Amino acid sequence: MAQEITTKQLRKWLLAYAARIIENEGHLTELDTAIGDADHGVNMRRGMGKLQERLHDEGQSEDVSAFLRSVAMTLINGVGGAAGPLYGTFFLRAATSPTNGSSIDLEQLTQMFRYGLDGLQQRGKAQADDKTMIDTIQPAVEAMEAALAAHQSAAVVLAAARQAAHLGMKHTIEIEARKGRASYLGPHSIGHQDPGATSAYFLFETAAEVFTTTGAD
Amino acid sequence: MIGLVIVSHSAKLAAGVHELAAQMAGGQVAIGQAGGLSDDGETLGTDASRILSAIDEVWCDDGVLLLMDLGSAVMSAEMALEMLPEHRRKNCLLSNAPLVEGAIVAALHASLGEPLQAVNAVAEAALSVPKLAGAG
Ligand SMILES: Nc1ncnc2c1ncn2[C@@H]1O[C@H](COP(=O)(O)OP(=O)(O)O)[C@@H](O)[C@H]1O
Ligand SMILES: [Mg+2]
Repeated sequence: MAQEITTKQLRKWLLAYAARIIENEGHLTELDTAIGDADHGVNMRRGMGKLQERLHDEGQSEDVSAFLRSVAMTLINGVGGAAGPLYGTFFLRAATSPTNGSSIDLEQLTQMFRYGLDGLQQRGKAQADDKTMIDTIQPAVEAMEAALAAHQSAAVVLAAARQAAHLGMKHTIEIEARKGRASYLGPHSIGHQDPGATSAYFLFETAAEVFTTTGAD
Repeated sequence: MIGLVIVSHSAKLAAGVHELAAQMAGGQVAIGQAGGLSDDGETLGTDASRILSAIDEVWCDDGVLLLMDLGSAVMSAEMALEMLPEHRRKNCLLSNAPLVEGAIVAALHASLGEPLQAVNAVAEAALSVPKLAGAG
């Protein structure tokens, strides 16, 4: 990918993400049943349904920042649980990262994720190892930054992000929740994978799929 | 006189707290509610834009105090404040008070015409008032 990622491709990515979340609604709810209030799948499916409507709407701006902002607003209004303000803030902050107008390059994509992560941390006040979506997103962003610094190709950078996100997600099984509803369970939360860390993994899984396979659009 | 906004995951809980608080305020204080999700009062959750409209409804230049239930209600309320224009944002306060006790105490003191910071201080002090005789 010497070529840039256009707003169209970002849209394609988030449509793939919405579809992946909807396929996994049951799984996400199951995870939230074990250590939460059994609504993460429902919350995310509701938000993704709204996002699909929004993304299929024709005549939207091709400006990357405007696009990310409208994604953020849709999630803030549509998701409902803690995930609403968290993913909403992620995209709202991502929308303030540098772009080339209607496209971004690999470095800007990495920055976009970094901005989103920083926003998420300010909003939720969670650190690594608190057993939240941060445990997926932080290592993924760090892996992207490291691969980028080593001048790797887009395919390698995105594969590194996906792999780090996957490890981070699995790591949440071993740790105790210190943020969110699961923290009410204390040590009983150990042994269960965090639902938000799981929904966040799909961001990187679908990014690796969409941004490395498309060339034409 | 300041306004209050009750933020809860549940529309029913917000309505119930509103009822209790309004009784203390003798109908003098503007009390808004943002409970549940905007598209459906039956769905649990919080929504920053619903909180924003509740702030607009009770707006008064003396300020608005927001009282929240659990964790993500706080995050949504913080988002709502960020969406406000600067001059309004500085006259809004998120309270650390417990929702039920805090709303009742805040409504009472707001109805006495006390300023925002003072109302919040008594509402937050409700955290340390023991419920059971001999406790705390
Ligand atoms: N303070 C926080 N910071 C980061 N992520 C959080 C925080 N609180 C909760 N989460 C994430 O949100 C997920 C739960 O989302 P959801 O079920 O939609 O919300 P709720 O907890 O309100 O029911 C958790 O699995 C966790 O990953
Ligand atoms: Mg939940």
